[in-house]
Amino acid sequence: MKAERDLRLDLFRGLALWLIFLDHIPSNSMSWITIRNYGFSDATEIFVFISGFTAAFVYGRAMRENGFMVGGVRVMRRAWQIYVAHVFLFAIYLAEIAYISQRFDNPLFTEEMGILDFLKQPDVTIIQALLLKFKPVNMDVLPLYIVLLGTFAPMLWLLLRSPSLALALSGLIYVLMWWFDWNFPAYPGGGWIFNPLAWQLLFVFGAWCALGGARRLDRWVHSWWVLGLAIAYVLFCFAITLTWHIPRLGGYVPQVIGDLIYPIDKTNLDVLRIAHFLSLAVITIWLVPRNAAWLKLPLFRPLILCGQNSLEIFCLGIFLAFAGHFIFTTISNRLGMHILVSVAGVSIMAAMAWFISWYKKIERRGPGARPPAARPGLAGGGA
Amino acid sequence: MRMLGSALLVLVATAVPVVAVPDHPAECRIAENQLDHGAELPNVIKAIKAKQFNILVIGAGSSTLPGADGATKAYPARLQAVLAERLPGVTVNVSTDVKSGRTAPEALATLKSALASKPALVVWQAGTVDAMKSLELDSFNAALDKGVATVQRAGADVILINGQYSPRTESLIALSTYAENMRWVALRRGIPLLDRFNIMKVWAELGTFDFETPTKKLDIAERVHDCIGRLLGDLVVEGSKTVAPPGGGR
Repeated sequence: MKAERDLRLDLFRGLALWLIFLDHIPSNSMSWITIRNYGFSDATEIFVFISGFTAAFVYGRAMRENGFMVGGVRVMRRAWQIYVAHVFLFAIYLAEIAYISQRFDNPLFTEEMGILDFLKQPDVTIIQALLLKFKPVNMDVLPLYIVLLGTFAPMLWLLLRSPSLALALSGLIYVLMWWFDWNFPAYPGGGWIFNPLAWQLLFVFGAWCALGGARRLDRWVHSWWVLGLAIAYVLFCFAITLTWHIPRLGGYVPQVIGDLIYPIDKTNLDVLRIAHFLSLAVITIWLVPRNAAWLKLPLFRPLILCGQNSLEIFCLGIFLAFAGHFIFTTISNRLGMHILVSVAGVSIMAAMAWFISWYKKIERRGPGARPPAARPGLAGGGA
Repeated sequence: MRMLGSALLVLVATAVPVVAVPDHPAECRIAENQLDHGAELPNVIKAIKAKQFNILVIGAGSSTLPGADGATKAYPARLQAVLAERLPGVTVNVSTDVKSGRTAPEALATLKSALASKPALVVWQAGTVDAMKSLELDSFNAALDKGVATVQRAGADVILINGQYSPRTESLIALSTYAENMRWVALRRGIPLLDRFNIMKVWAELGTFDFETPTKKLDIAERVHDCIGRLLGDLVVEGSKTVAPPGGGR
């Protein structure tokens, strides 16, 4: 199979990374532009689906060419890298809250400040964080990704042999998860915000699409009937989300529909969210053909570069979100600052992505260069 | 996720006429569509007719203020003062069952005994401690659902209040998740919600109140509670008018 990288994947993963950054700065007014305000699914779905797609694309080739062990170890190494990145971000997080706990006092928030009590028992919290059970707000995506990649090797093996069986198995895990309420335990209570047993479905579906599934779906995706259905559903979701922003409209949602759809479960990847993501995907495929010339325009270059260096840019985005929030609370929390911080953050992400890509090119050209075929992590820009 | 809502509100709040109650201090004013005047409160209407209106406020730490006279400056006491003024001839009596560090399921456990005072209206504040303890959303919802049903069976109306907007702890507590969730519970059960979280957020964005500068003084806290008490009073008064809301009212 002549596998040429689909630029659309990079473009939309880059977009998802930008949206995740905007959404991750608490109370950022600029996040009103992100898709979660206009429908049920959000950037997380895009990120997980495309990550599954590229993981299968990159490590599938490694596994086919070099065997299960080599491919498997490569996936595990990636999972380890992400774990290290997560711990690094946790250290930054600790620094931020230690600072806040020493500098902030307001009797209005007496109860909320109680959260800082956990600093008094670092023996418990730090260990729980290393076990991925204690996860600060907005630091839930990487642990999900670690679990998805850490367990991906056997799934990939099965996907290469019997894609349909692998997808069916993934669906079965999803159904059992809903049936028995399975989730990974979290600290201090409850389960993971992104239940890996639920979200694996989208990841494996992405992988399945990468390994030939997309071609099998072609006929469906390109039927007018499916497109019409997708547009209708996206409009329906938009109408419902509108009632969240404007409480008065809530009265127009018939009780039956409300009872049927609420709550829309993000933790367990609600079917309504999957449907919304798939509808968006169908519409996107119609609007953006695989080799659309405009994908190569310089205008979209920053997005594509970000998508190609997703781990680095994701971590940078989380860090910048911390920094942005810090600026909001210490300097200014007005709209102008929100816009400034958002634009600056996205620019820094794009600049860093360009820099990483530039360095990778230099490294590949350097003395003793290894053939790129043996280095799928670089050729594919990581998974 | 009401980012869009609050972003738009920031833009329109200055231009759009505010809640049509003339006697609020300017700082309490919020854009009209942020108060959800949808639901009618039948038990409140009955109580006002009978001239005896008992209210019970169930809440956690953010329903009171620290200090010796904290309770008298907190929003339940302010609500009583506002309603006494706006409902002449009616004896308004607000009692509280407030305990800091209490989750919604814990409040549910003592709800039955708290209802012994026969209130016509229960104001239930939740969502802060639940977020701090990262309670599972399912059990949070279930507790609220059960609590609302229990109160309604006891012949009282319910108004929910979600958590406070607390900018400094935002990266520590997922308050907005639980605040949004309470909106869904309220929508589903067709009861009003005082969206304290987003109201306070608009105040922060407009610069009405400064939640960020460290202070040991209670002045901002008291003014915020005063405003919350007034806005709550608006919800009660609006709910006691028998006007069909848009969409037939749920």
